[in-house]
Amino acid sequence: MTTVILLVLTGLGLSGLYFLVASGLSLVFGLADVLNFAHGLFLSIGAYATWWAVNNLPGASAEGWGFVLAALVGVAAGAALACVVELVLIRALYRRPIQQVLVTVGLSLAGVALLQAVWGADSLPFPRPAWTQRVTRVGGAAVPNAGLLLIVAAAAVLVALLVLLRFSRVGLVIRAGVEDRAMVTALGIDVRRAFTLVFAIGGAAAALAGVLAGVSFGAVSPGQGTSLLIFGFIVVVIGGLGSITGSAAAAVAVGLVQQFVNYFSPGLGDICVVALLAIVLLIRPRGLASLSGRVAA
Amino acid sequence: MTRLRRALPLAVLLAFAALPYSAVNIPGVFDGPLNSPGTLQLLAICLVFGGLATGYDLMFGRTGLLSFGHALYFAAGAYGTAILVDRTGWPLWVAGVVAIAAGALLAVLLGAVALRTNGIAFAMVTLAFAQVGAVAVARNPGHLTGGEEGIPLDGARLPAGLVGVVNTVNLYWIALAFAAVAAIVVHRIDASPFGRVLAAVRDDDRRVAVIGLNPYRFRLLAFITSATLAATAGAVYVLLVGGASPHVASSDLTLSLLVMVVLGGPGTRWGPMLGGALFAFLDNRLTALGSSDAVAGLPGVLSRPLSQPLFILGSVFILAVYFFPNGLSGVKAWMSTIGRALGSRRRSSPASSVVATVPAEPPHAEAGVGRS
Repeated sequence: MTTVILLVLTGLGLSGLYFLVASGLSLVFGLADVLNFAHGLFLSIGAYATWWAVNNLPGASAEGWGFVLAALVGVAAGAALACVVELVLIRALYRRPIQQVLVTVGLSLAGVALLQAVWGADSLPFPRPAWTQRVTRVGGAAVPNAGLLLIVAAAAVLVALLVLLRFSRVGLVIRAGVEDRAMVTALGIDVRRAFTLVFAIGGAAAALAGVLAGVSFGAVSPGQGTSLLIFGFIVVVIGGLGSITGSAAAAVAVGLVQQFVNYFSPGLGDICVVALLAIVLLIRPRGLASLSGRVAA
Repeated sequence: MTRLRRALPLAVLLAFAALPYSAVNIPGVFDGPLNSPGTLQLLAICLVFGGLATGYDLMFGRTGLLSFGHALYFAAGAYGTAILVDRTGWPLWVAGVVAIAAGALLAVLLGAVALRTNGIAFAMVTLAFAQVGAVAVARNPGHLTGGEEGIPLDGARLPAGLVGVVNTVNLYWIALAFAAVAAIVVHRIDASPFGRVLAAVRDDDRRVAVIGLNPYRFRLLAFITSATLAATAGAVYVLLVGGASPHVASSDLTLSLLVMVVLGGPGTRWGPMLGGALFAFLDNRLTALGSSDAVAGLPGVLSRPLSQPLFILGSVFILAVYFFPNGLSGVKAWMSTIGRALGSRRRSSPASSVVATVPAEPPHAEAGVGRS
């Protein structure tokens, strides 16, 4: 029983990580039709900026509020980079989805190479507060605090995003834009301002995922973002493109499947996740979100 | 003019076949004379990637399918050949053919599932499938794949003519043969009714469906053909470099393929071949440049990014997307525009027999990959 509790909670921690990556991808794709390959780069930038802040920024440290400050630096760096990417690179290419994908592919290749050039190809030890390395007893199972932190952070981001989307004017514009961008534009609303915002939100969420992945794994490497990005993509496709709640549900499913199967046979969980993707696609090519009857993308 | 256009590729092929007999030294481009083993191996790798990119373009530029999982089939050919030679003791050519057939079968199964989606979702699904390949290779089931170290090809089990530095020239000819086969297959398809349907599927698949053809079936055929060429490339590549390493299964390889095709010009006749060869060449030479004294002498801010070939190639790629959307071949179209402006008449391209409105100019491959 304790094993089951442990696997559920660590699996949900993984789900939280995937959700943080997938939420930004899904929003950006749903609204702007951009398949963002550079999303993994935002994640890595968040982690490296936090690492840099802990080592160089006065006031930042690996403990307590100092770490919160360092993490905020990381999240801000991710959001800022996402804004710059949208304004400088993506904006010129709207209505040309393939070119957009290509630019983000080039950016992810060049960006990861640049990270390697600056910080080296090997992984660096990530500074993390001591309490995240300890465990908490839940129903007899010793659950790592880093996993619990991921669950809490992902739940907070999910709630914040839903509140933003449901109860604010800009959320209304984003939701309407996901449904029918042409109509929103026809009503005289500048959707492109919402594009920049969505990119910034996605970049911030990805950077947060990078920081928390660093805390959870205890290391940060240039390629980390790209490997997490692939699971982000899987979650987005299973959940239905453009749907936040769909992404959340899919993240939970993927995280749990991966954790449980990997417990019995390491590495097999990753394969089962892709099998899950294939099954969902065969039954429901538009992903889980189409269950609710709403057209997702 | 037409006869010249037909004869030129054959002349280039013959020139490449005769190249190992030349001892010309091209300083700056190659380290040694053309017939030195190092240069021949670099050229052979360029040819393999040229052929691989040409095969990939059958999907991307000609059918409008954006796949992010092509590395899987390349890896199937590479690892399949290496494992079969290592474990079964079969002769090399049997192992190679079986590995290529396995790659094709894999493409049938996975393509049938992945093609139920299209556009961006298809890209993500192929990426996910290829990730399984990368995970499986890294996981080293039954010590088959060798994990992070990969598996070396056992020289003792290979034909004597393919082993050793002296015999690099034979590997070069095999690579040349593969590049020629890839070009012939893709160009024959291009010229056939099948190729015209593929172009129509790319430009407007609903119209193809209205005519009574099944776009799914044509996409699947293009997918399988392309993947089989990739598996063949993998089998040749494993001979060339003497083993399979996890890099061949990574998503980076697929992304590089995309870069090659876009740099060369998607959907154009020789663009992907040129792009693939150029990318492989630059990737190799920029690594050498990055570790050279000239770069090491620069201040750290400059020298460290310059020592990363992918940083330079990725940046060039981004610029190319903005300024040369048709790749290297765009330069040619540009010149033909000038030629037309000067009043010279060019033979118009033959009209499509299936769909009258297939654009004659090199496509951007946009129409096939839209919102799903």
